Amino acid sequence: MSDTQTQLDIDREKGNFRYDVDYEFDAGTGLNEKTIDYICDVKGEPDWIRQFRKDALKKFLEKPMPTHWASHDLENIIFDKIRYYLSQGGQKPKKTWDEVPEDVKRTFERLGIPEQERKFLAGVEAQFDSEAAYSNIKEAVGKQGVIFMGSTDALKEHPEIFRKWFGKVIPTGDNKFSALNSAAFSGGSFIYVPPGVKVSHPLQAYFRINAENFGQFERTLIIADEGAEVTYMEGCTAPKFDTATLHSAVVELVALKGAKIQYITVQNWSNNVFNLVTKRGLAMEDAEVKWIDCNIGSRLTMKYPGVVMKGRRARGEVISIALAGDGQHQDTGAKMVHAADETTSNIVSKSISVGTGRATYRGLVKIPRHLKGCKNNTECDALLINTSSRTDTYPAISVRGTGNACQHEASVSQVSSEQIFYMQQRGLTEAQAMSLSVNGFVNDLVRQFPMEYSVELKRLIDLEMEGSVG
Amino acid sequence: MKHLKIDNLHVSIGDREILRGLSLDLPTGQVHAIMGPNGSGKSTLAKVIAGHPDYTVTSGDILFDGESILEMEPDARARKGIFLAFQYPSEIPGVTIANFLRAALQARLPEGEELEATEYYAKLYEKMDLLEMPRTFTSRAVNEGFSGGEKKRCEILQMAMLQPTFALLDETDSGLDIDALKIVSHGVNSLRGPETGMLVITHYQRLLNYIVPDFVHVMVNGRIVESGTKELALKLEAEGYDWATEPEAEAVGV
Ligand SMILES: Nc1ncnc2c1ncn2[C@@H]1O[C@H](COP(=O)(O)OP(=O)(O)OP(=O)(O)O)[C@@H](O)[C@H]1O
Ligand SMILES: [Mg+2]
Repeated sequence: MSDTQTQLDIDREKGNFRYDVDYEFDAGTGLNEKTIDYICDVKGEPDWIRQFRKDALKKFLEKPMPTHWASHDLENIIFDKIRYYLSQGGQKPKKTWDEVPEDVKRTFERLGIPEQERKFLAGVEAQFDSEAAYSNIKEAVGKQGVIFMGSTDALKEHPEIFRKWFGKVIPTGDNKFSALNSAAFSGGSFIYVPPGVKVSHPLQAYFRINAENFGQFERTLIIADEGAEVTYMEGCTAPKFDTATLHSAVVELVALKGAKIQYITVQNWSNNVFNLVTKRGLAMEDAEVKWIDCNIGSRLTMKYPGVVMKGRRARGEVISIALAGDGQHQDTGAKMVHAADETTSNIVSKSISVGTGRATYRGLVKIPRHLKGCKNNTECDALLINTSSRTDTYPAISVRGTGNACQHEASVSQVSSEQIFYMQQRGLTEAQAMSLSVNGFVNDLVRQFPMEYSVELKRLIDLEMEGSVG
Repeated sequence: MKHLKIDNLHVSIGDREILRGLSLDLPTGQVHAIMGPNGSGKSTLAKVIAGHPDYTVTSGDILFDGESILEMEPDARARKGIFLAFQYPSEIPGVTIANFLRAALQARLPEGEELEATEYYAKLYEKMDLLEMPRTFTSRAVNEGFSGGEKKRCEILQMAMLQPTFALLDETDSGLDIDALKIVSHGVNSLRGPETGMLVITHYQRLLNYIVPDFVHVMVNGRIVESGTKELALKLEAEGYDWATEPEAEAVGV
């Protein structure tokens, strides 16, 4: 246990470092058709992608900022000042760490990625700003026919699978930021698991932002063919900058008949990152898509992982933990769209607001009238640490028809000064007492995580709470 | 021998004075009982010693072996060896007894030192056996959904694990049935010794048959009005507090 703890010593402070890197490719600031041409040329992309990007750019520019319902802080993103593509040269990720250039490698070494790979992962992709510096899959897993590579490579090497699903779960115009990602995407993972193959260890991607005034737009597409199973884990950090940085990913999951996909995120962004991510999974007959989403850090996170249950008896699940530290806003939730009979979905969301932190839950559950035997369960619990902390819940539940059931529970609780005193009386500092309460609050969810990630999450919570008391 | 000395302590909450010049000397190796009517300030005394932030010490001092602890945070006092078994213990949702006590013990170790897990569990089980608590309690959240008696037993379990120098037991007997009272008293007695001083707050002489005190103090209106041996408790039981109340204090109307 303590061994894993040292291996996974990725804490808030640990992510806060930056080595200077020479960028060979830099698309400059601002996003227009020229930027897109630059990205396409550098990447050597086919024409259909160039067109796809340009169409997306139009949609992005047309769509208004969603400030009619979302935070006005979005207005503080100055799109013209952001750099949309930065890479070191070599758009092809390396297959061994030895080949990764020293100045990039030391970042990932410091984050402990190569050790984790040796210890418990089936494959790793490490993205540095716009491109993956490293991508490798364990030989045994590759032999089963599992494909794990960057999305840039995948669209060239496996166009038949890639094109079939790319942009199908999340259309370009889904929202302003999915359009932005579709215009500027670079990096992210592509995974294909052949029928019946169960990948026993997780595949992991690590997204690292190193440059200031930069936007990271990775694009991930995971397809589990019939009866296949895969777990994917995603970690992310950035150093603390003085200016805002943008992270806007699109993640599409496709679980074909009887397949299972579990997608785990432990996000640890520094607190000037705007994190605006669209994530959705498609679950066919008897398939299961499960999102486990931990949002720590960032300035503003907007993320509502969703599952469209398209086949009979499909299951969708979102387990989410959001920790809104001082000055942060975690606007998170889940979308469950029932589109077949006997589909079931489960949402468990726990948020913690510290100091002036604000946690918002937005949920959408849709069960149309013509369906039968559908079930949704939604639980959302908020914990407020200080009197200045804030939480809001906006559930939108549209459950029609008589044969469908929906259960919704919500709670807001506060760590009382008597509880803190009680714990302090036993010898714990105020920060330790708060950490313990917060860990207690999320404990039942954390138990569902792979051990390596639950240890990391606990550490992150401890550090966040330590910083929150004077 | 160590001393916990309360020296002419005045304590207020808001502008209301609750302790009004209270003095007490508790050395290790002794058990002192405090009895007194409802609202006389017994729990206030215990919480002030533990450093509860709601109360203001307006004058006087609390000395731990000659050193004032008034400026110390509650957790520092606890680590120094002060333990309070609460009259109304808080519930800590989601935090198991095992994890809670582990964190509390870990907090007492020097930086970089890890609590040894097997030794810890051995000790935890030993103390639970002493208090006749089923093992299943270790995985229950601290005090959450506990019966009144279970909460009190859990307080004593914590005391047994943390082995304080000075233990303040605030109405640990209330809510206990007669069998539980015997078990808990047995647990408390097993912690008695030359290294430990105890302050036992109770309303019932019965407890003092099991935990026999060296001294009994009667507290009325924020002061100790009478001190004696355990016979004093018998007198209180027979005669109530009327003889000890100070009507003039009410007349002054603080
Ligand atoms: N936090 C507080 N706010 C307001 N008044 C308080 C507070 N704490 C204590 N008091 C008041 O101080 C007085 C003493 O209370 P305390 O709890 O110390 O009495 P006690 O002797 O322990 O009584 P009991 O035997 O009922 O437990 C009471 O009148 C009580 O209402
Ligand atoms: Mg009391």
